[in-house]
Amino acid sequence: MSNSTTAAFAGLRDTIPLTVGTTPFAIIFGTLVVSAGLPPEAALALSTIVFAGSAQFISITLIGGGAALPVIWLTTFVVNLRHALYSATVQPVTKSWPLPWRVLGAFWLTDECFAVFERRMQTAGAADSLPYYLGSAVSFYLNWVAWTAVGAYLGNLIPGVATLGLDFAMVATFAAIIAPQLKALTPVVVAATAGAVALLAQGLPYKLGLMLAALAGVVVGVLLDGWRRRLAAEEAA
Amino acid sequence: MNDFLWAAILGMFVATYVVRASFIVFGQKLRFPPAVVQALGHVPVAVLTAIVVPEALMPGGQFDVSPGNPYLVGTLVAGLVAWKTRNILTAVLVSFAVFGAMRWLL
Repeated sequence: MSNSTTAAFAGLRDTIPLTVGTTPFAIIFGTLVVSAGLPPEAALALSTIVFAGSAQFISITLIGGGAALPVIWLTTFVVNLRHALYSATVQPVTKSWPLPWRVLGAFWLTDECFAVFERRMQTAGAADSLPYYLGSAVSFYLNWVAWTAVGAYLGNLIPGVATLGLDFAMVATFAAIIAPQLKALTPVVVAATAGAVALLAQGLPYKLGLMLAALAGVVVGVLLDGWRRRLAAEEAA
Repeated sequence: MNDFLWAAILGMFVATYVVRASFIVFGQKLRFPPAVVQALGHVPVAVLTAIVVPEALMPGGQFDVSPGNPYLVGTLVAGLVAWKTRNILTAVLVSFAVFGAMRWLL
């Protein structure tokens, strides 16, 4: 086997835990889209074209809740802003890739593929990074799309699936991601602000509340950072 | 699939892709001021909390802070288990079991 083939297989293999771990979410996502009264093709199109788990789940609520197009787009943008950090982190390695591969590779930069690729960067640097990334990203992508289809076309054959509370899967996952980060004052205040504004803005039309709440949380975080910097500067002076 | 859904999905693609492509495709030409990078660090907690809190406290649009609200109890369990174990999968499984038991029994 050539080095490239070996690297591609290594990428695929290293991604398997995350591929398996996200499979239930792909099935639940497909099922929820159809439960919300949308066509199964919408689930498939979201997984194939957008390929962003959390934004996909949120879009069900937004589209089902009658949000306007600009709100759907802007909320997706805000929810995915964290990917800019990933893009900046992998850039020292991906800059050696030919432009067409960078254009294509950027499409697959999910939380999961980033996590796997970043670990690889630590151990192997840029060596065979393109085939490794493709092995990881393409296998993860195809699995996500395939299980979305299973959920979308077969999920609602299960009797009573709409009343099972599958939407709780997203809430539980997000709560589990947030909780360990709430160990300093700033993230706690950011979370409290975002949560309070989200509740107060719940009644706003077009599902604007989520975006407003997220922005309020970020603004408060930036203000706290600035305030702490000033305090540190005064102490040093 | 109507035009609205296609427009929503294609716009979501653009909103997702430009962020992921930012540094990978445009490379060094793109420089974010440190303040912006620091602001980005607050995005995950702010966004995820803004999604979770209304879902936990107002499932189905009705305000419900009672201990009989499976979304609220399940969310707290998920957060607590994740905080203790640092393992997201364990937290999701345990909270889903609690959530399911409450929906089944109550």
